Amino acid sequence: MTIRLTTAAAALALLLGGNSALAADKPTDPQIAHIAYTAGVIDVEAAKQAIATSKNKTVVEFAESMVRDHESVNKQALDLVKKLNVTPEDNDTSKALSKAAETKRSELAKLTGADFDKAYVENEVAYHKQVNGALETLLIPSAQNADLKSLLETGLKLFQGHQQHAEHVATELK
Amino acid sequence: MNAAVNPLGSAFLALLLGTTAIVVPARAGTIEVTIDGLTFAPVEIEAKVGDEVEWINKDALVHTATMKGGTEVLVPAKKSGRLLMNEPGSFDYICRYHPNMKGHITVRP
Repeated sequence: MTIRLTTAAAALALLLGGNSALAADKPTDPQIAHIAYTAGVIDVEAAKQAIATSKNKTVVEFAESMVRDHESVNKQALDLVKKLNVTPEDNDTSKALSKAAETKRSELAKLTGADFDKAYVENEVAYHKQVNGALETLLIPSAQNADLKSLLETGLKLFQGHQQHAEHVATELK
Repeated sequence: MNAAVNPLGSAFLALLLGTTAIVVPARAGTIEVTIDGLTFAPVEIEAKVGDEVEWINKDALVHTATMKGGTEVLVPAKKSGRLLMNEPGSFDYICRYHPNMKGHITVRP
């Protein structure tokens, strides 16, 4: 578990300013929009993998709620960037997040049954916790546009809710 | 057939209506709770037994109002859900999908 989490942690360390060059350069609104959108897409993909793999009703229901919520919020995000005439801009943080997620997906693909369920839900707890940290300490404070900031704040509440939901599911699996 | 020509019938009817009025002293009402930006507002509400609580969801997300003990109302995105308060007590509730959303209902007899 520790090793699996390390990739995502490294990606987010970048985001949180573990890299001094990035810490000096706060992300711009188009970059923030891209990072937030990517974070949502990653969780939808993870959830789709869980829906296809898991036989556990609670885990599948949790994953379905992740797909539903993140697709809904990402639709709002797309509507907002269109309204603001902002083009989301790919960046190193988004790339690192996607790469870490890909690694995670192939790790999970090797697991089945209760092992998969446990690893997926534990990663959901860790992933949401890390994204929350990034939203709180970097993305929200860096956002310039008030509408974007407000969407990110709602996103933070949503991710915090998902973290608690994932923690409840993790407890049920024990 | 005609109640007006039967004094006994009229008296009986008056008694019946009168009794009904005593049994239900106040009309049951609806207490509204708005859900916006993953927040129940107001967080605390008071109701009487027989009242209904209506959750009006302004979010594009599916929520629930899930009482401790299991009673649950699904509140679909941009829609509402209702629950009849049929017993007095003090009830904490959360959204099962987003457990950081919390509310409280006090139901008076």
